[in-house]
Amino acid sequence: MQKLQDIDVRVEAPVDQPVQHGNAVPVLHEILHALRRLGETEESTTIDLRSIPFGPGDEELLLDVLGRGEVAVKLETLGVSDIYETAFAGAWIVDHRNTEGERIALQIEIARVPEILFTQVADLADSISRLEKRLRTPDGVASLSNPIEREKT
Amino acid sequence: MADSNTEIKTLGESLQQQGVSRRGFLKYCTATASMMALPPAMVPAIAEALEKARRPSVIWLSFQECTGCTESLTRAHAPTIENLIFNHISLDYHHTLQAAAGEGAEAAREAAMHENFGKYLVVVDGSIPLKDPGFSTIAGISNLDMLKETVAGAAAVIAVGSCAAFGGLPHANPNPTGAVSVSEIIKDKPVVNVSGCPPIPTVISGVLAHFLTFGGLPELDDLGRPKVFYGQSIHDRCYRRPFYDKGLFAETFDDEGARKGWCLYRMGCKGPMTYNACATTKWNQGTSWPVESGHGCLGCSEPDFWDGGGFYNAISIPDGDIARNIGLGAVAGVAVGAAAGMLNRNARAEAVSRHETVTVDDLEKTS
Repeated sequence: MQKLQDIDVRVEAPVDQPVQHGNAVPVLHEILHALRRLGETEESTTIDLRSIPFGPGDEELLLDVLGRGEVAVKLETLGVSDIYETAFAGAWIVDHRNTEGERIALQIEIARVPEILFTQVADLADSISRLEKRLRTPDGVASLSNPIEREKT
Repeated sequence: MADSNTEIKTLGESLQQQGVSRRGFLKYCTATASMMALPPAMVPAIAEALEKARRPSVIWLSFQECTGCTESLTRAHAPTIENLIFNHISLDYHHTLQAAAGEGAEAAREAAMHENFGKYLVVVDGSIPLKDPGFSTIAGISNLDMLKETVAGAAAVIAVGSCAAFGGLPHANPNPTGAVSVSEIIKDKPVVNVSGCPPIPTVISGVLAHFLTFGGLPELDDLGRPKVFYGQSIHDRCYRRPFYDKGLFAETFDDEGARKGWCLYRMGCKGPMTYNACATTKWNQGTSWPVESGHGCLGCSEPDFWDGGGFYNAISIPDGDIARNIGLGAVAGVAVGAAAGMLNRNARAEAVSRHETVTVDDLEKTS
């Protein structure tokens, strides 16, 4: 069945006369204040763009002004999430998509590193457990599922 | 069919078993917080609560409705966060979606009620006819009897759509079936109204997610609607609001104002009197919403929106259709006096009064 995102239609501001709804500028000011807080007190801030009443062109303007910085990360769990630092260090775009590529959350995180990128304690415990088990198994390291061995074959 | 709650895994255990990492779980919680219109700072609390959440049993009753609310929800997104939410409720009865029919279906409903007494959720879409129980029945049971019987052991009721919340279209004049809302019948259980024709799918799943996460219902407004979604008017959250403030209005669907995206107030937009989340949540995976598409809000999440005097009459015109129709009549060369006479308030009141006495027999005579 054809899905909505397969249909090449999107809402755009007229090309010849861009419409400014003015909703991007307050968000940029909010980011500025959040960057100051981060610098002064290490307090991080997350802005959920779903709650902002953007008109056509507002989101594009906001993302255009923020630009792209030096770091980009692809997170692959429950669909792909694109996370990148904007041209303003400390302001990150966190764009979560589901397994169908549909956006499920779009946030601006003002932090040194977005929270979701940190290794989580539960995952760390799981890693230790799995690696310990692997090393205890007689042929655990030499088996084909070992990425180094797989590369050799 | 739901097992007893003691045998059911928590949501955290279930996701872990599916190989979802903690990062994946945090992503899930971030999207859930966004869906519930909660601040991102709530994500850790949501994660903690969701990790321990168990599958609640849900019984979905469809009465006088068009299935638009179920369509809205099930066509929401393909495998998504909402689906994950739905994977973690036990939808034990929904006669549009379930494979079972007849006695088997009713047995499923009764079993879910018995096994989860006092804990299950009842979701209702559609209004309930009171004039004659025969207007709408399921398995020979009237909507009224089924509602009362099913709600008796429920933790709460969620009235989905304007029909269940306020009577909706069946309740519009002349209301031939005597349609009423859920809250006009159910007085001894919490009732949440998730109004809209249909409601925004993420708002429906947001309320379910709130119950799943916090084990209770969100804060409600004076019409029983969750404040997080219905706390602000369409007008206050509309991206065209600055044009209203500047007095820049579209007067027709193809004038300069319409092309420039000016305010649709004078074309009948009901945004100022309508409370819903369309302006921020939007529709079709966040693609757009009615005002962004160039059409005013119909006010479908408000009581009696169908009888509001015309979708294209500005709400500032008290008797809008009289003024407009006289004007249109004059242009068309129709006798203005006759038009005004036909549309005067007394005549309309008389017509409304006449309509309210229409019976099914009368309708059959004219068809």
